[in-house]
Amino acid sequence: MLCQNCGKYEATTHIKRIVNGEATEAHLCSDCARALGYDNVFPDFGFNFSDMLGSFFNEATVGALSNGIVRCEKCGSTFNDIVRSGRMGCGDCYSTFYDKLLPSFERIHGRTHHEGKKANTSPEIKKLSKTEELKENLKQAVEAQNYEEAARLRDEIKKLESEDNQK
Amino acid sequence: MSKWYIGAGEQNDIVISTRIRLARNIEDYPFPCKLDTKSRTALNKKIGDAICGRENLEFIEMKTLTQPQIVSLAEKHLISPEFASSYDGRALLLSDSEGISIMLCEEDHIKIQVMKPGLSLETAYAEADRIDDELNEKFVFAFDDRLGYLTQCPTNLGTGMRASVLLHLPALTACGQMSSISSTVSKLGLTVCGSYGEGSVPMGDIYCLSNQVTLGISEKAAIDNLKTVTLQLAAQERTARAEMVKNIETEDEIFRAYGILKSARILPVKEFMTLVSKVRLGAVAGLIGIKPETVDELMISMQPATINAAVGKNLDGRERDIERAKQVRQRL
Repeated sequence: MLCQNCGKYEATTHIKRIVNGEATEAHLCSDCARALGYDNVFPDFGFNFSDMLGSFFNEATVGALSNGIVRCEKCGSTFNDIVRSGRMGCGDCYSTFYDKLLPSFERIHGRTHHEGKKANTSPEIKKLSKTEELKENLKQAVEAQNYEEAARLRDEIKKLESEDNQK
Repeated sequence: MSKWYIGAGEQNDIVISTRIRLARNIEDYPFPCKLDTKSRTALNKKIGDAICGRENLEFIEMKTLTQPQIVSLAEKHLISPEFASSYDGRALLLSDSEGISIMLCEEDHIKIQVMKPGLSLETAYAEADRIDDELNEKFVFAFDDRLGYLTQCPTNLGTGMRASVLLHLPALTACGQMSSISSTVSKLGLTVCGSYGEGSVPMGDIYCLSNQVTLGISEKAAIDNLKTVTLQLAAQERTARAEMVKNIETEDEIFRAYGILKSARILPVKEFMTLVSKVRLGAVAGLIGIKPETVDELMISMQPATINAAVGKNLDGRERDIERAKQVRQRL
């Protein structure tokens, strides 16, 4: 069958459209199909990586989204945001949504537990993380009006910081 | 200072280069996708200040570069195509030899990259590991004991390491072996893809083989795995080549390709890559008196944006094909 548009070449594309119950058909050659905008009749066939990742997440979580919206305290991402974009917002998202994410990690990597190098092991960094942690505890103790604990923490922080300054 | 790719590496009849990438994030900050341009620029500066003095790296804000310069960096594999796609709030730390490049605020805050000629996974990893340690002395990294290094995309979770080798596989490609190789290596947690161009047969028969899995496998195990598979592929390629070059038709193709490269006046990149792949095969087989590393250097410097960046002009396609032909004639 020849192309219904140009009548020159063999028709290779068969388009059947149903709009409001009315069917129209066309047999076109590949050049005419492209020229008439039928070159990508299956736009949903292509997918990008975040879609794929999104679907990794989706399967793990159907139902979980309805149980109230939880936000990551640090960056404000909801689980839905992560599913939609395929991206985590910050490191804390991993702990906030750990249980929901775990099946997806298993699907991606086949495993769920890290092996290999560990971060933040140098003495300087360990101290830095410890001071930060104590400061956070101090804030919480003050908020809870637990002044005895707050005083103890304050002294400990001072001690760590003065050790640093002496170096 | 001479570039990292000048010089012959191990197994360089087949392995063109080795690359290690480590993805790291700083604990106090959300990932780059959640930071605005201003915060990213400030963070880049902070990281740059912490490492520049110690590693002798140049700090380059991407917005200060021209478009051909940026694309050229991607053509040289110094930055990812994704990193080249936008320059807002992104910076690069680059060593003189271009062997070390650190992308700041790409997908993750820090992406350390080390390149070496030939097969050199252990050495490249040791260098990346050392830079990682230096940075980790200054910054607390986002890390979880169960999940390892935390990255924006969960596909890099764990070690955050992508190790890859660039392979020249003309004989296996000609035998139609690549699709079965691709499905075999994927069962071993590795992935193989064309390095230049898209489609089933990549330009120049050059493939990138890299580890796919990053969680639950240590850096050493991933590197050993990649190395074993690379050596097996190299052995298969050598067997196939030995058969191929016995054939007078192959020898004829190699010398015809060499002839065209030495005499053409217009050389489109696709044709250049096809021909140069044959010449590399001839060089390694000892048929043509050129070193494979000379061919490798030519492949990098004759990419479109790299030519434009080198001549400092925005040549259009045809002008560039003429320039490419001229430079190839001079170098061969």
